[in-house]
Amino acid sequence: MSFLDYFRSQGKRSASVAKERLQIVVARERANRGGPDYLPELQSEILKVIRRYVEVDQDAVQIQLDREGDCEVLELNITLPERH
Amino acid sequence: MAKIVVVTSGKGGVGKTTTSAAIGAGLAKAGHRTVLVDFDVGLRNLDLIMGCERRVVYDFINVIHEEASLNQALIRDKRVDNLFILAASQTRDKDALTEDGVERVLTELSRDFDYIICDSPAGIERGALLAMYFADEAIIVTNPEVSSVRDSDRVLGILASKTRRAANGEPPVREQLLLTRYSPLRVQKGEMLSVEDVKEILAIDLLGVIPESQAVLNASNAGVPVILEEESDAGQAYQDAVARFLGEERPHRFLQLEKKGLFGRLFGG
Repeated sequence: MSFLDYFRSQGKRSASVAKERLQIVVARERANRGGPDYLPELQSEILKVIRRYVEVDQDAVQIQLDREGDCEVLELNITLPERH
Repeated sequence: MAKIVVVTSGKGGVGKTTTSAAIGAGLAKAGHRTVLVDFDVGLRNLDLIMGCERRVVYDFINVIHEEASLNQALIRDKRVDNLFILAASQTRDKDALTEDGVERVLTELSRDFDYIICDSPAGIERGALLAMYFADEAIIVTNPEVSSVRDSDRVLGILASKTRRAANGEPPVREQLLLTRYSPLRVQKGEMLSVEDVKEILAIDLLGVIPESQAVLNASNAGVPVILEEESDAGQAYQDAVARFLGEERPHRFLQLEKKGLFGRLFGG
């Protein structure tokens, strides 16, 4: 980095913004991968049902299918907002 | 038995065909019988990059449909011994590729060759899926840019789940990253993802880093695989990548800027 760059480099470099955004989107897409094709739709319908009763974020419903031996385990994780 | 290698990326325009041509020519120069197969039916370009566009008589689809034999369709490279090209069809659509047909052609090629390099089309449709399906190894061509990295990750997911190896429960396709159009200057300025960033996100082995280079355009203008431009930076980076592909350990070059003098360091950009 040159002497002049020191004054130019205000704010966040675009490469580090790119890296952060990619890490988030890639992690989300990997989580949905490998499961049955209906998982994303199941996830969005569950989210809709929850939202009928509680105001929650878009990513409040996490859904994951694990395999344990012959058994498939559907893990559902719903984050509710804190009560005020 | 040949090793089947797919060159893939998801995103278009990142350097798959340039890489297929370079890696194929490099393997052949190292003495391995190598065939380059263009899977981009309807939009063939490997013939142009290899400089044999005027010698295409029969293509991959003709062989699949048994309108020509493999021997009639294979084009022998005039510069490098042991190197052959099987062109894609320019006139038919991508549905002309069938799984059975591709398997039959690859099996026949396997008897005569050491390496079959499958140049995948962009996207994740039929041609791309079939180019990946029979692979033993994959070279993932990625640019240090968000959409390319994301698409590469998507392709890695397909390689892990929708290939013959996955279907048969065999050991997974070996995946290696080739980062292309890399600019150390822009990385240093914080404007471009670094090789470390991309490795961290995709979490696969690094086969090589090809610098952004005028030599790539010059070579494609002339119809010469850039690896044959032995003095050029991109050509040398591809030579290193081929050596690593064959198991040699070589340090990565072209990752740092040339050293500048004091004046350059103080006022340079």
